[in-house]
Amino acid sequence: MQVEAFLEQTADRLPDKVALICQGARFTYRQIAAQSRRLAITLRARGLRRGDRVAIFLDSSVEAVVAVFGALMADAVFVMIHAATKPDKLAFLLNDCRAAALIAHGRFGHLGAQAAALPPTLRQVIWVGAGAAPSGASSTLAMRWEEAIAPSLEGAAFTKEAIDIDLATIIYTSGSTGFPKGVMMTHLSVVTAATSITQYLENVEDDIILNSLPLSFDYGLYQVLMAFKVGATLVLEKSFTYPQLILERLGSEHVTGFPLVPTMLAMLIKTQNFSGAHFPHLRYFTNTAAALPPAHIAGLRERFPGTRIYSMYGLTECKRVAYLPPDQIDRRPTSVGKAIPNTEVYIVNAAGGRARVGEIGELVVRGAHVMCGYWERPEETARALRSGPLPGERVLHTGDLFKMDDEGFLYFVGRKDDIIKTRGEKVSPKEVEAVLYRMPEVLEAAVLGVPDAVLGEAIRAVIVPVAGATLTAQTVLRHCAQHLEDFMVPKSVEFRTALPKTTTGKIARREIQTGERALSLLESAP
Amino acid sequence: MTEALEATIRNFVVQNFLYGDQTRPLGNDDSFLETGIVDSTGILELVGFLEKECGLTVLDTEIVPDHFDSIARLARYVHRKKNGNVHAG
Repeated sequence: MQVEAFLEQTADRLPDKVALICQGARFTYRQIAAQSRRLAITLRARGLRRGDRVAIFLDSSVEAVVAVFGALMADAVFVMIHAATKPDKLAFLLNDCRAAALIAHGRFGHLGAQAAALPPTLRQVIWVGAGAAPSGASSTLAMRWEEAIAPSLEGAAFTKEAIDIDLATIIYTSGSTGFPKGVMMTHLSVVTAATSITQYLENVEDDIILNSLPLSFDYGLYQVLMAFKVGATLVLEKSFTYPQLILERLGSEHVTGFPLVPTMLAMLIKTQNFSGAHFPHLRYFTNTAAALPPAHIAGLRERFPGTRIYSMYGLTECKRVAYLPPDQIDRRPTSVGKAIPNTEVYIVNAAGGRARVGEIGELVVRGAHVMCGYWERPEETARALRSGPLPGERVLHTGDLFKMDDEGFLYFVGRKDDIIKTRGEKVSPKEVEAVLYRMPEVLEAAVLGVPDAVLGEAIRAVIVPVAGATLTAQTVLRHCAQHLEDFMVPKSVEFRTALPKTTTGKIARREIQTGERALSLLESAP
Repeated sequence: MTEALEATIRNFVVQNFLYGDQTRPLGNDDSFLETGIVDSTGILELVGFLEKECGLTVLDTEIVPDHFDSIARLARYVHRKKNGNVHAG
């Protein structure tokens, strides 16, 4: 089965059902399927081939959803790019995946022009909405969205060749090296993950799911895929900027499923009208990306006694790993549960053997949802994917440290690398440090996460300025805001005269953060 | 009155969300949502600023785009709030 079948089969079965509610507009499965099919026809007619990458640089909108399925129907691989991405990183991503097509909001037209180094592979750009006039390399075929999905295209055909072990998507994630790396997911991986998750969430056609997470984040993207798979309705919000707006929508649309990250709950729990009495239709919450503080779980249980809470754990490299059955949450609030259906997990200790009960080790994941590697990163792929029990099989070494209790429930302990988790997003300290080092006044820089009640971890930049240079926190933050997505911009800057070093002379990031980091790990341990 | 208020709010927004970057165009009517300048934690910072600088008590139900989503809307909201003319969004 291929991922686009989620839409195609539901559109056959329930053509007039509302698939998507976005910005006050409602779209049926028939409409979404028709627009996606026409987009696929346009992409193919303009030279897109099986396996080509289609970059989607849009905020959460009907166009973004149609772009995903249009790319898949055209046998292409879609690549979501966060709408807050700055020009130099946009250029990096387009070049890294060697995009053949770009679908972007007209508002970002100036970024396209600034992204001087557009890849030579880019043969078509489709602009959505008003904004900048189509621009780009002279050989690029630019067109407007309305033309790309014009009803007159209906009926044109092309031969579909892709099979389910072909790539469906490349999802970029922060790499510990400082450069984002593309996680390659086949149709089979995506279908396996979506099937497992909708099974344990018991999703049905009557579900109405509200998503306010970006679609460049796999957690947000899968809300679309899973809703379409079961024939549910998705309420798609551009952002969580105004929690009151989200609450209003939860009530007025009779939402049954609400995916959260801890930062969202930290904000909602302060709001008085966030309680089960106001939202009687809400069947479940899900949480992933980072653990919910036990106090927030207790608060949620008290306010929503009839709503299930699913604590989950996963990583982009296999989408999802574990979930805690909701009836366990009062008993084991700090556990992320057990493996999801059709997945096997185990913990490997430092000696390479299976960890005993309570022993800390690295979590390893087996299943058809495991990625097939990082796009054109053989060394990093070899570190993450290693031999499994069957000939030729590869299992995922997560880089996350876990322990298991005597009943097999999993507890997250920490990460093997220095990746920061803020607002539910993974941030590589090296990526932020690389931007800091572009300032001539910066001699040495280290970036670390410090505990924060709302963000989980807040990013702090610790800087040693060049002798005689005058550098203020605001200058540093302004520079960061010009080059990094908003969630990567540090929340605080600290100036020092020296940073601790390892014996080989490298900056010892972990030594800078020992105090606060160690404390946060202790607090989150079971 | 409104102009002075807009200037105060603009200064806060530029200093806190654009880190003093005066080169980035920001019209008084530009939507924070559309431009992505302010996120949900930024909205809370704006609430704190209004409560401290303008002596207001901002109700949860008032934190909606109609009141908060641009410099001009914020200024109108503060103005009306001081005159007791705000209805929750």
